[in-house]
Amino acid sequence: MSTQIDPGTRVLRYVDAIREALEQEMDVDPSVFVFGLDVDDHKGIQGSTMGLVDKFGAERVFTTPLSEDAMTGVAIGAAMTGMRPVHVHIRMDFMMLAMNQLVNMAAKTHYMYGGAYKVPIVVRSMIGKSWGQGAQHSQGLHSMFAHVPGLKVVAPSNAYDVKGCLIQAIRDNNPIIFMEHRLLYFTDAYVPEQSYALPFGQARTHGEDGDITLVGVSNMVVECLRACELLTDVGINAEVVDPVTIRPLDFDSIAASARRTGHVIIVDNGWVDFGTSAEIAARIAEDDSLASIKVRRMGYAPTTCPTTPWLEKGYYPNPATIAEAAHTLLKPNAPTWSPNPERAELTYQTQFRGPF
Amino acid sequence: MVSVVYQLSPNNEIIERLYRGLAFVRRIEERVAEIYPTDKIKSPVHLSIGQEAASVAVCDVLNAEDIVSGTYRGHALYLAKGGSGKGMLAEMYGKTGGAARGKGGSMHLVSPEHNVLGASAVVGTNVPIATGAALSAKMRNSGQIVAVFFGDGATEEGSFSESLNFAALKKLPMLFICENNFYAIHEPIAKRWATDRLCERVATYGIETHLIKDDDVLELHDIASSAVQRLRSGAHEGPIFIEYQAYRFREHVGPNEDFDQGYRDAQESKIWEERDQVARLATMLNDDVRDLIDAEIAIEIDEAVRYAEDSPIPEIEELYDHVYAD
Repeated sequence: MSTQIDPGTRVLRYVDAIREALEQEMDVDPSVFVFGLDVDDHKGIQGSTMGLVDKFGAERVFTTPLSEDAMTGVAIGAAMTGMRPVHVHIRMDFMMLAMNQLVNMAAKTHYMYGGAYKVPIVVRSMIGKSWGQGAQHSQGLHSMFAHVPGLKVVAPSNAYDVKGCLIQAIRDNNPIIFMEHRLLYFTDAYVPEQSYALPFGQARTHGEDGDITLVGVSNMVVECLRACELLTDVGINAEVVDPVTIRPLDFDSIAASARRTGHVIIVDNGWVDFGTSAEIAARIAEDDSLASIKVRRMGYAPTTCPTTPWLEKGYYPNPATIAEAAHTLLKPNAPTWSPNPERAELTYQTQFRGPF
Repeated sequence: MVSVVYQLSPNNEIIERLYRGLAFVRRIEERVAEIYPTDKIKSPVHLSIGQEAASVAVCDVLNAEDIVSGTYRGHALYLAKGGSGKGMLAEMYGKTGGAARGKGGSMHLVSPEHNVLGASAVVGTNVPIATGAALSAKMRNSGQIVAVFFGDGATEEGSFSESLNFAALKKLPMLFICENNFYAIHEPIAKRWATDRLCERVATYGIETHLIKDDDVLELHDIASSAVQRLRSGAHEGPIFIEYQAYRFREHVGPNEDFDQGYRDAQESKIWEERDQVARLATMLNDDVRDLIDAEIAIEIDEAVRYAEDSPIPEIEELYDHVYAD
């Protein structure tokens, strides 16, 4: 169950909620600093670090050489000696250059030194999508990181959660993989002006008394919510569970929704094979009280992401394909149904234009 | 390289300290090699024997607050910075009295109270972490100096060059100490390096470099002492790099010599044995002083072995401790 702070009536965009969380934590804790390529330039990571260098100075907000591997080590070493670094990658793909430090060092340090040192680092990164992001700017690699004990993986889907989770991530004494999504940056929500931290491992469930459970990850939460609208045309009521954090995973909330609905589709913002959707499906399979639950999985096609939109449209689940899958799972003997193309088009994410 | 005239007539106090440090590492590692065949040590061992001087000389000029970071061949560094023989041996035995409660073993010796930031078994990975500690020291204005130790193989890793660049860019208070023993496991530098001009490569980052070619602990002590003084006083800003050439007398991993394996020549080691710094400093001390130090070392090592033998084994529940920090 989610912890709710009164969200108030101020509407804030996701990107501004990130910036506000950073600013508020830097205000109260001088050990927090933000670094990574472009964090102090005139675009400020699409606005998410905008103005921080002016307020906090170049000592606490600075760009780096293109040295993702060493810069991750720098974050770890700084964290082991009293600082709380926030390391920013403008795309999640670039974190592959930091995999050694994240997996072999950050995740291991507290354990292999018998608890002698802690590594309170936050590694922010953003997943891209559409307008030709293609093979190397679009990957959702959370499942790789979630596989590793010692790391926590966070994937907020809305402005309210992103602020509270980022503050929690900065205060946490462990390495946090903080996964943002480019298409969420300009979504908005009610966000309190005060500082607040949301505990990890608390899923958020939208809707109740549903016929089916849609578990969405990151931006796929939005796509699932849009699928819900389409499904009302055929009288299907869906619940959407947003895990918010991948590791730790609030499986209890997923199971509770599954028990109510009897049907689960996990829609991951990543590949299906060996991924987060497989983990959730496995946990359902291992829980005897959920033996009758029907489970399906959706996610990226098992290919590299193409740039051309005519192929890319087949690569991602979208509200129409999610709604169709839900209809098929619930009514396997009914004639095939597809949402009204005009309504489906309205729900599809067309607002984003490049270059980034 | 900078030309500095060093005073090479150290006083007896320094020689006594360095001898004590070197001999302690040498004798305790010889004891480790003796114990190893009994399988009481539950950990691979990468012995420092032959190259103890780098750690002992540099740590001698550091303060307790200064930070060091090392490698899987890190017994000398852990001990030289103040880590205990008890903590090291119990760690090797896999016991709860060990430096990391048995979870790290020989390759991951650590001691926060002595600012030993740990040791990594993935070559080169500790270099950027030490760089981050130096950044932190500078940001916190703590006055700490960070000394990072690594082998010749680590200089081939990308993280090494990345760290040098960043440390020089940010003028971090650091000593980079390359312990060049000429081999990465069994592969000689000639098969790995296009040229052996390591200090020249490093100098292109604007970093002051020093090369010590003959395992001379006193020369290293002088250079490190000057470097630390200048970093602390502010007379020098930014990292200083030292390539210290020495020789590993034992196999890459394990307690034995390995000259029978053919990848290196026993004749080659003879040159280095003649330069052996433990023996050299022993001759520079009065017999009674040296005998007293040797006796004290022997007692301390016996106590460390006894401590490791007696230390409790961990309960199985500890498997799940320390995955995440509170």
